[in-house]
Amino acid sequence: MTRVGVVTFPGSLDDRDAQRAVRFAGAEPVALWHGDHDLQGVDAVVLPGGFSYGDYLRCGAIASHSPIMREVVSAAERGVPVLGICNGFQMLTEAHLLPGGLIRNDHGSFICRDQLLRVENASTAWTNAFAVGQEITIPLKNGEGGYIASAETLERLEGEGLVTFRYVGVNPNGSLNDIAGVSNERGNVVGLMPHPEHAIEPGFGPDTALAMRSGVDGLGLFTSALQSLLAV
Amino acid sequence: MPKIVVDVMPKAELLDPQGKAVAGALTRLGKTEFTGVRVGKRFELTVDGDVDAAVLADVREIADELLSNSVIEDVVNITVLDEAGAHSAAASGALA
Repeated sequence: MTRVGVVTFPGSLDDRDAQRAVRFAGAEPVALWHGDHDLQGVDAVVLPGGFSYGDYLRCGAIASHSPIMREVVSAAERGVPVLGICNGFQMLTEAHLLPGGLIRNDHGSFICRDQLLRVENASTAWTNAFAVGQEITIPLKNGEGGYIASAETLERLEGEGLVTFRYVGVNPNGSLNDIAGVSNERGNVVGLMPHPEHAIEPGFGPDTALAMRSGVDGLGLFTSALQSLLAV
Repeated sequence: MPKIVVDVMPKAELLDPQGKAVAGALTRLGKTEFTGVRVGKRFELTVDGDVDAAVLADVREIADELLSNSVIEDVVNITVLDEAGAHSAAASGALA
């Protein structure tokens, strides 16, 4: 069975939810610890949301220097699928695995809502279960989710199709170009601010037209990773 | 023991929501003479021993690699304070 590691840092909140999402997608979740140098041979890695190290210094900054991140960086360079959700996305930018950075929401407030997104690139390891242009709804909850990058980096991201998810309807945090998630050139590393792991099980996801809390649009990210590993 | 002060500011071209919130508070207090506020960070590194060129080089590296993120911030100043807290002339000054 495909094994997907979920790293727990001091201050991680959504590690258990991410493990549950992995299980729902049909893989075996493996709990990994920030202080270890061992990825335990997992096939893919999820860096979950939360407030690692209390968001001290900068969100994700201290976690990006933790022992396990050295292993995550070298695994990512080998092509191992790595997904960063929210605080995990912040860690990936701090570790320079993804371009750009995240700053405080432009309106200054924490935001928590079900967020409509458009899938802009369906060829990454974490989005191949979707179609380009497909709109999905998954929860968004953050205080520092404003995606920023230099003008040249933005042009490159847009030109090379590295924008993976874009906010639709409303830009909830001042992200440049409405960017909600990006990938690296190889497509194995993806980071996004919204939380797909909170939209994987009927009864616990966002509301849909069909029924309350029935949204499971987040599951596609996790099944994508399994599909991409089978395709290798 | 001497201290090395590192000042980090959000990049000038980026929105600084914290500064904006403080500016809003000033306006509400009637302090209308201020047109803008930006909020940065000050780090004080206490050094065991003398501050020589090697230590300063180390601090410059730490400032760039850990204390700041060059995508969103700039290191605007590195200053050495002596035991009494006075600026030491030798290594003070704004960075280019």
